[in-house]
Amino acid sequence: MLKLLKTFKKKEWLLAIISFLLIFFQVWLELKMPDYMSKITQLVQTDGSSMKAILENGGYMLACAFGSLIAAIIVGYLISIISATFSKRTRKMIFTKVEELAIHEVKQFSTNSLITRTTNDVTQIEMLIAMGLQLLIKAPITAIWAVTKILNKSVEWSIITAIAVVILLSVIASLVIIVMPRFKIVQKLTDSINGVTRENLTGIRVVRAFNAEKYQEDKFEDVNNKLTNLQLFNQKKFAIMSPIMYLVMYFLTLSIYFVGAKLIDNALMADKIALFGDMVVFSSYAMQIIMSFLMLAMIFMMLPRAQVSAKRINEVLDTDITIKDGELDKDTTDLRGYVEFKNVSFKYPDAEEYLLENISFKAKKGETVAFIGSTGSGKSSLINLVPRFYDATSGEVLVDGVNVKDYKQEFLHQKIGYIPQKAVMFNGTVKSNITYGDSGKEKTEKTVKDAIRVAQAEEFVSKMDHKYDTHIAQGGTNVSGGQKQRLAIARAIARDPEIYIFDDSFSALDYKTDKILRQELKKYTKDATNLIVAQRIGTIMNADQILVLDNGKCVGIGTHKELLKTCDVYKQIALSQLSKEELDYE
Amino acid sequence: MNNEEEKVTKSPRRGPGGHGPGGNFEKAKDFKGSMLRLAKELNKFKVLIIIALFLAALGSVLSIMAPNKLSKLTDEISEGLVINSKNLKQIITKTTSSLNEEKMKEVIPNVLEMKLDQNTMVTIMTSSLISDEDKAIFKEKFASVDQTNQQEMLNMITSLPESILNVILPTTTYKNVEITTSDKIALLKASTSTNKKNISLPDSIYHVMLSDFKTDKQLITVDDQIKFLKVISTVSMDKKNAAKLYKKLDEMPKSIKKVVEPTMNMERIKDISLFLAILYICSAVFTYIESISMTTVSNNFARGLRARISTKINKLPLKYFDNHSIGDILSRVTNDIDTIAQSMNQSLATLVSATTLFIGSIIMMFYTNWIMALTAIGASLFGFIFMFMVLGKSQKYFIQRQKELGELNGHIEEVYSGLNVVKAYNGQKESNKKFDDLNEGLYDANRKSQFLSGLMMPMMNFIGNFGYVAVCIVGALLVLNDYISFGVIVAFISYVRLFTSPLSQIAQAMTSLQSTAAASERVFEFIDEEEMLKEEKCQVLDKSKVKGKIEFDHVVFKYDNNDKPTIKDFSVKVKPGQKVAIVGPTGAGKTTMVNLLMKFYDIKDGDIKIDGVSIKDLTRENIHSLFTMVLQDTWLFNGTIKENIMYNRTNVDEKRIKKVCKTVGLDHFIRTLSDGYDTALADNESISSGQKQLLTIARGMIEDSPFLILDEATSNVDTRTEELVQKAMDKLTEGKTSFIIAHRLSTIKNADVILVMREGNIIEQGNHEELMKKNGFYADLYNSQFEL
Repeated sequence: MLKLLKTFKKKEWLLAIISFLLIFFQVWLELKMPDYMSKITQLVQTDGSSMKAILENGGYMLACAFGSLIAAIIVGYLISIISATFSKRTRKMIFTKVEELAIHEVKQFSTNSLITRTTNDVTQIEMLIAMGLQLLIKAPITAIWAVTKILNKSVEWSIITAIAVVILLSVIASLVIIVMPRFKIVQKLTDSINGVTRENLTGIRVVRAFNAEKYQEDKFEDVNNKLTNLQLFNQKKFAIMSPIMYLVMYFLTLSIYFVGAKLIDNALMADKIALFGDMVVFSSYAMQIIMSFLMLAMIFMMLPRAQVSAKRINEVLDTDITIKDGELDKDTTDLRGYVEFKNVSFKYPDAEEYLLENISFKAKKGETVAFIGSTGSGKSSLINLVPRFYDATSGEVLVDGVNVKDYKQEFLHQKIGYIPQKAVMFNGTVKSNITYGDSGKEKTEKTVKDAIRVAQAEEFVSKMDHKYDTHIAQGGTNVSGGQKQRLAIARAIARDPEIYIFDDSFSALDYKTDKILRQELKKYTKDATNLIVAQRIGTIMNADQILVLDNGKCVGIGTHKELLKTCDVYKQIALSQLSKEELDYE
Repeated sequence: MNNEEEKVTKSPRRGPGGHGPGGNFEKAKDFKGSMLRLAKELNKFKVLIIIALFLAALGSVLSIMAPNKLSKLTDEISEGLVINSKNLKQIITKTTSSLNEEKMKEVIPNVLEMKLDQNTMVTIMTSSLISDEDKAIFKEKFASVDQTNQQEMLNMITSLPESILNVILPTTTYKNVEITTSDKIALLKASTSTNKKNISLPDSIYHVMLSDFKTDKQLITVDDQIKFLKVISTVSMDKKNAAKLYKKLDEMPKSIKKVVEPTMNMERIKDISLFLAILYICSAVFTYIESISMTTVSNNFARGLRARISTKINKLPLKYFDNHSIGDILSRVTNDIDTIAQSMNQSLATLVSATTLFIGSIIMMFYTNWIMALTAIGASLFGFIFMFMVLGKSQKYFIQRQKELGELNGHIEEVYSGLNVVKAYNGQKESNKKFDDLNEGLYDANRKSQFLSGLMMPMMNFIGNFGYVAVCIVGALLVLNDYISFGVIVAFISYVRLFTSPLSQIAQAMTSLQSTAAASERVFEFIDEEEMLKEEKCQVLDKSKVKGKIEFDHVVFKYDNNDKPTIKDFSVKVKPGQKVAIVGPTGAGKTTMVNLLMKFYDIKDGDIKIDGVSIKDLTRENIHSLFTMVLQDTWLFNGTIKENIMYNRTNVDEKRIKKVCKTVGLDHFIRTLSDGYDTALADNESISSGQKQLLTIARGMIEDSPFLILDEATSNVDTRTEELVQKAMDKLTEGKTSFIIAHRLSTIKNADVILVMREGNIIEQGNHEELMKKNGFYADLYNSQFEL
């Protein structure tokens, strides 16, 4: 939490200090008011006081109130700037940080969690700053100041006030101690309510097929009862809070008056009126003290939540960037479209087992290298090393004869056209999605057209309402999976890269399209190197080189024909597919 | 299918900051209707709710009564500040009346006993104690004075030397009081003084002139009166110096203090305090009971609603889920019901108590004093108008903030989830620029909404203070003119507070009721959704006696949201024990066939018969018990492996589970896990998707049903894992009538009958060899894979 506050800039500190002073002023004015209040009381009490004096004091008091209002408005304004600036900057910090994170780190956090961290968590802290900062400054000042104001007035009253504060705080404290841990359980139970319902919904056919409706309902009822009972427990405990709060406040006033009556009765006549005035003033100061303690308690209740958020934000900000940018931003060799793996091994930083072990191969300009293997064999990890989504744990990945780590990432990425397994679409138009990013080359209308044609997307794009300017919803929800994939491929083609990386990008396409697309692509980009991860043997049969991966190891390398003879794993895969290939005649 | 669903299931992210003024702006379509419906649903909690609301109102009434009582208490205490002026006046008049001029004139000669006759003159002149000088003065003065003028005579006498005065005014005793010569001179001086106001006389004279009297049953002795006169003589007796007089009171004799000093009626103070204490405690107890009952009601109501949704889910026809996302239903179970419970817990009681408070305090104010009431209301009204203006404006910014936040969220989501593309395409600059734009917009909306909503508190404070001052000033004016007592001001100070707080509460409760209405609309909409038809004519097929014959007879079926029928005219007869495979391109209606067979959907036309009995005459439960079904999505729940295999069956012994797992080749793997069969499946990374699929197959095998359906049970698995599953499935299908739907042709090569479907019809039918020979669609499909 503090760590995040350290990011405050000079301007914000200045604003904070001004707010502090203004709040000081505001408290001064607010505490001044009871003085005028008591004066007014005295004046009204005594016979023969002039109306003028009352008006005068009323005027002063109103001036104080107005001054405090003005101060509060200014403070509110300043603090809204501070908190909004803070949240703006923190969001930006997290956003840029996430952009720099390695893919597996993003996965570790999970995208959803990162999104919540960037928005909700920041908002949490923003709220704390917006509300808390004021209270945090104001409450202690008010409390201390009010205490000093009334400390000498009467021992009896002071003791009563102290007792009230102690009662209040201990009630709040014990509630927090009892209820807070249970609040966390409530969250968990809410999650399981969600979980059980989702389970029922996702498996609705299974549930019905097994006649398990009752089973699911019982399960739900169990969590439902637990949740309800816990909520009831919590809320019933909390229900005591507000009555006790009011009771303490009312009794405080009552006690001050009651004790005051005795004090006045026993006092010398000369002191009586002053004492009465004091009594009225004291009760209002005592209220201020109670209020400021309540405010403090409120902050302490808000604090843990913000603390959790701060922790989550810091987790992101503190993540070390494992992929460090290189310096090379121009070609130093004559090689183009050349990819080489030299004894590359890879494992996740904290993992024990290697995902890839000792992989070596070369892909020359214009060649197609394919990777095949069962789920979890490390195909995707392997080609993700080329655009440096991960860095090799040992060994070297070379592009155009230079270790990828030496390139500036921006420059490296300009050489690459990467198409992920799950096509990514951005909110925008067909065109904006295809021209997305920076390839170091200009993308003309023709480039876009060609890319769409080669990617076999023309057929459906031309049927769209606004052709290239058709709106694409976020995540591409208004186009089908196969269409998305073709647009994603078009995006890569528009870059005109040296190296294409297809990370299982053809599986969403039907057989025919897959085939034609690859043929067209080959024609259109004769010089480009293709790295293809695939599950279908058909997709890669014609590759110049096929690497067969099994549990992270390369168990075979060669052409389709060679491998059929030499590689058992490949043969198994091939046999299982060549008689089992998907039938897709759409 | 699985992936698609996951996307939808993400609970809808409602923007953060749902709290605070106007976080939620949902408006119900039909506010009144939803509220009425809600009221109807709450009928069974009627008693508790009425009690709670009654107590809430009662609590408010009590808190309205309190200021009045408190003002009485203040009045009583301030009694202790005002001296008993009646008694004081009485004392003053009684003492001074004995000192008036006539009385003086009457008393003076008697007291003085002046000796100025011839005899005395001789005594003076002959006295050896008097010096000649004095004698000469006396003679001279006496001669020069007009002896008939009493006044001059007295004046002359006072100027005589002491020695002579001792003779003329000797010390005498009057009414047992010894009056010395000097006293007499003082008296003389006083009586001759022109200033009649500040006369102070010697004690002896007072003793002669004053007499004891009783005021308010208190005897005030002459001595006390003398002391009193001395104190009071230092203060002039007009109104302006009242304060000074109060201070002198402490110097006064006890007897006078006793009657004049302010007294508090401690008994009354005690009574009022006690009454107030009881009032406060009652109010607190009422509030407590009220919240407890509302909590009980709202939570139990929420529990009921949740349970109803949960059971409802299983009563809805499957077609409902074609049109509704899981996330949508989930958000009804949690968010919406939470909203309802929360606002019931808070808003309802608040609304009642705040309204009571508001109306009550207005009534009480007017009842106490109408001028003050108008002052208080007028003073706050001015502030409130201003406040609502600010509130309205801040709502606008809150909506804007929500919108900006949504857009930013969208952008962040897009970038984070497509981070590899963003990176690989050097899209950071673009996304950063967009982020900055959106961030700036959010900053602006944030700042404005935060600022405006932050104004609420100070404004409320100011309204309170403004009302306070207004009440004080007008009150003071009225007090000075003796219209009201001071206590009324104190009461009004509280009324101003009571009056200002409920308005914002009411406003808040109303907005929260709005979102409650919207939420309950969604919840009830779901609960009121049309359920599956109740099955009336019930024939029951005994699981153990079913032979396994199935007949599709000209089945026609159309999904509600489709234009064309999915199944056009489907007829086939399946003999007991046959392995039937259904193949065909996506959308051919393969899964639909299964859905119809399982009676998940009702067929439009034609019939399906199991052992000759139409499924229309069988209950769903009965049909389901006849079938074992394994689906493509490996549906497993949070629980142990054993629980997942047993699922809802209770009488399965461990041996059977182990046997089944051995059959599907899972036993070895499960035993390598740390907890064996009791290993929890939640987020267990060590279980691959193939193993998960095997688990669902094992689950199916436990059930020993005459029919088996495998709907793409292996398509999620890579080809090598499939081998394993395949073997397991073959064991599963032994001796049972089974239906297998598959993408991969190898899975079904050995089926007894292969049904090739296309556009809702069977276009070919036969076993693999027959179909290959036919060289039709199937052969085409099969061969297509070698083309490449």
